[in-house]
Amino acid sequence: MLKNLVLSKSIKLTLNVRYFHSSTKLKSGGASPISYPSLEIENAGELQKMNLFQSINNAMDIALKSDPKACVFGEDVGFGGVFRATVDLRDKYGAHRVFNTPLCEQGIAGFAIGMAAQGATPIAEIQFADYIFPAFDQIVNEAAKYRYRSGGQFNCGSLTFRTPYGAVGHGGHYHSQSPESYFGHTPGLKVVVPSTPIEAKGLLLASIRDQNPVIFFEPKLMYRSAVEEVPIGDYEIPLGKARVVKEGSDITIVGWGSQMRVLLQAVHMAEEKLGISCELIDLRTIQPWDVETVCNSVKKTGRLLISHEAPKTGGWAAEISSTVQERCFLSLEAPIQRVCGYDTPFPLIFEKFYVPDHLKNFEAIKKTIQY
Amino acid sequence: MYKVGGLLNRVTKNEIIKRYISSGTTFKVQNGNTFKINNSRGLLVNGVCSSSSNSIITSNNKSISIESLYNQRHFSSSKSQSKKREQDDDDEDNSKLKKTDKLVVQELKELIPVYSIMNQDGIVSQPDQDPNFSKEVVTKMYTTMVLLNTMDSILYDVQRQGRISFYMTSFGEEAIHIGSAAALDMNDTIFAQYRETGVFMWRGFNVDDIVNQCCSNDLDGGKGRQMPMHFGSKRINLQTISSPLTTQLPQAVGTAYAQKLMGEKNCTIVYFGEGAASEGDFHAAMNFAATLSTPTIFFCRNNKWAISTPSKEQYKGDGIAGRGPNGYGMKTMRVDGNDIWAVYNATKLARQIAVEEQKPVLIEAMTYRVGHHSTSDDSSRYRTIEEINHWKENQNPVQRLKSYMLRKGWWDEDREKAFIAESRQTVRDALNRAEKQKKPPISELFTDVYDKLTPNLVEQQNELLDHLKLYADEYPLDQFSNSTINK
Repeated sequence: MLKNLVLSKSIKLTLNVRYFHSSTKLKSGGASPISYPSLEIENAGELQKMNLFQSINNAMDIALKSDPKACVFGEDVGFGGVFRATVDLRDKYGAHRVFNTPLCEQGIAGFAIGMAAQGATPIAEIQFADYIFPAFDQIVNEAAKYRYRSGGQFNCGSLTFRTPYGAVGHGGHYHSQSPESYFGHTPGLKVVVPSTPIEAKGLLLASIRDQNPVIFFEPKLMYRSAVEEVPIGDYEIPLGKARVVKEGSDITIVGWGSQMRVLLQAVHMAEEKLGISCELIDLRTIQPWDVETVCNSVKKTGRLLISHEAPKTGGWAAEISSTVQERCFLSLEAPIQRVCGYDTPFPLIFEKFYVPDHLKNFEAIKKTIQY
Repeated sequence: MYKVGGLLNRVTKNEIIKRYISSGTTFKVQNGNTFKINNSRGLLVNGVCSSSSNSIITSNNKSISIESLYNQRHFSSSKSQSKKREQDDDDEDNSKLKKTDKLVVQELKELIPVYSIMNQDGIVSQPDQDPNFSKEVVTKMYTTMVLLNTMDSILYDVQRQGRISFYMTSFGEEAIHIGSAAALDMNDTIFAQYRETGVFMWRGFNVDDIVNQCCSNDLDGGKGRQMPMHFGSKRINLQTISSPLTTQLPQAVGTAYAQKLMGEKNCTIVYFGEGAASEGDFHAAMNFAATLSTPTIFFCRNNKWAISTPSKEQYKGDGIAGRGPNGYGMKTMRVDGNDIWAVYNATKLARQIAVEEQKPVLIEAMTYRVGHHSTSDDSSRYRTIEEINHWKENQNPVQRLKSYMLRKGWWDEDREKAFIAESRQTVRDALNRAEKQKKPPISELFTDVYDKLTPNLVEQQNELLDHLKLYADEYPLDQFSNSTINK
């Protein structure tokens, strides 16, 4: 068992060793796919090629095996889930531990809170992050405040909400949203977004075992497109810690989830075309976020770009930008850049123009350097 | 290639059969029918491949969904499970519905009757249904009701004097509180709305506990963070009350499911008003409890008013009970909420069903909110004093139990006077103690947001401490305990 062995210090760049496949749409100018620097897990033991949904399935398998009070439930999770993330789990652990609920998000959330308050370990699925809003009251007014309002007598810390989020190419208004900011604004919740199969597994296991309610946003674009060698053992990646994916000296670039691959592509362009050295940071946890890692990086580089798919106004980049400005004022050599979705609903046919793609990010990097 | 299951999951016909039918177990459908795959194109619904393509046509042209095959295979792994599943399915199977060639618009016909066994004179119409508690137990029940009344009267006035910020009385609903609480086991989990103070008192939550919470002092288990009446106590297994209405209902279904999962012989009871039952969470909870078969008792206090909204503006159907049997397939009872024995018997039976059958039960107790909604409400603006007096005089739950005791010779007016005087003193003493007690340490502003203080919260706490050092005289620091601020 490798539980708790992972430390962010153990990150190594393993370019070309474990590759992280980028889809063709991320290729620039017909070049070969850019490899995403994978995370090395110390004493990883046996590895198995997994995509993102398989690594999430593997994490839940381990959670159900190691905790007899753990249950997985939500809409259509029984037969394996609409994204296959819960496949085979009902067979392995029984219909009393892996089950369908009626189609009602506020019910799923309230049910999960109650289970957790009674000492069980609910792992609840909201089918798309776009449909988490009917559960907003249960999550924000109830789950987030459960421990605080009871003076610490009760808590629902053992609950985890998993939900697919983000652009998928053709999801339109209600299969594309990135609602992390709504929840980041709520004290009492933890918000986590993984960016690779290895990270998804370690972060999900840490989220399930964390003693606070966690919303775990899964980048659905990467369910199948992201494939790497994932340790089959039990390991956790600590919450609240960002990961420096790639070190650099001229500008700090912060993102999370599927945006990380877009940013890596922009970084490659900036390095190839302009000779700019970029430090790329995967925030991983939105709340509580790793202020220290981001600020240390900005103090070194003097420049910062933050990018997310969600709309700009009120997005999490605003929070990061403001905090960095407060703490790194004397180090900043240019205004902080936010490259985000526009302040519109997520559009169907205009998706390519809407998303903060690598070219928009490349331009923002250029502008910041030339400031 | 065929689309199966979720988004973009492409598998071949052989894989479908291998994965869903023959993988590891023998599977037979309709006397060995052969399969062919319904080669329809997957439809995109909600971004997900529609299950309409996920079907197999048997040789007798019956379409069977792959998911149902999967389910049958799963449950056939154990014979008893398989039978259980079939039986459950039969209950819900549309083919069991009777057919008719008469087009009839269904309308509300019969209302669910109200179970009531004791009248205002304390006479039990069905003596065999009298729970026949001992003198000691009935006296405890009655005195708890009187103590609750006395405390409510005093704390209501105390709020008017500005000594506590808010209060909600329980006038008229005392029999519901004591009758239901007495039928429960201490290990049964309680979720409440806010007007169930008597339930907590029956469980051992005393006047001091209540007054400390209302005064937000450092003896409040909730650390003074919530408004008065938002009690919670690990000791009496009461999950902390919150203001958002009805949120506790689906939570109670979850706790009951956890109790079932852990094999406990207990249930969860959840109290709510008839107004709260209009929230979406009511529907969520009832439906989840029924389909997931959880040992939950839904206890509705139908007191005819949700602040100023009368129940006739709240629903058009047969109250809340009417939604139970046909709406959610849930066992349901409607009782006279001013009759303590009716409430006790119903709750006891509900608990038996919940624990032994592992099924939910709905109880609707009909009563009347005699007091104002809260200290922030003047109910004379929307209802008549005659209406209130009618209930006070003719349907008074406290008077009813008193009559019962008087008939048995267990109580008299002298004892009543003495007990009320004693109760007043108990409450006043508790109030004096609670008011002298310090408020919780200021540092508790930051704890319990998470299990541990986050770096952000540590920083904000330090900011506040630095600020208080600068402006120590401007804040009421001396009212808070363990204050580490140096003036």
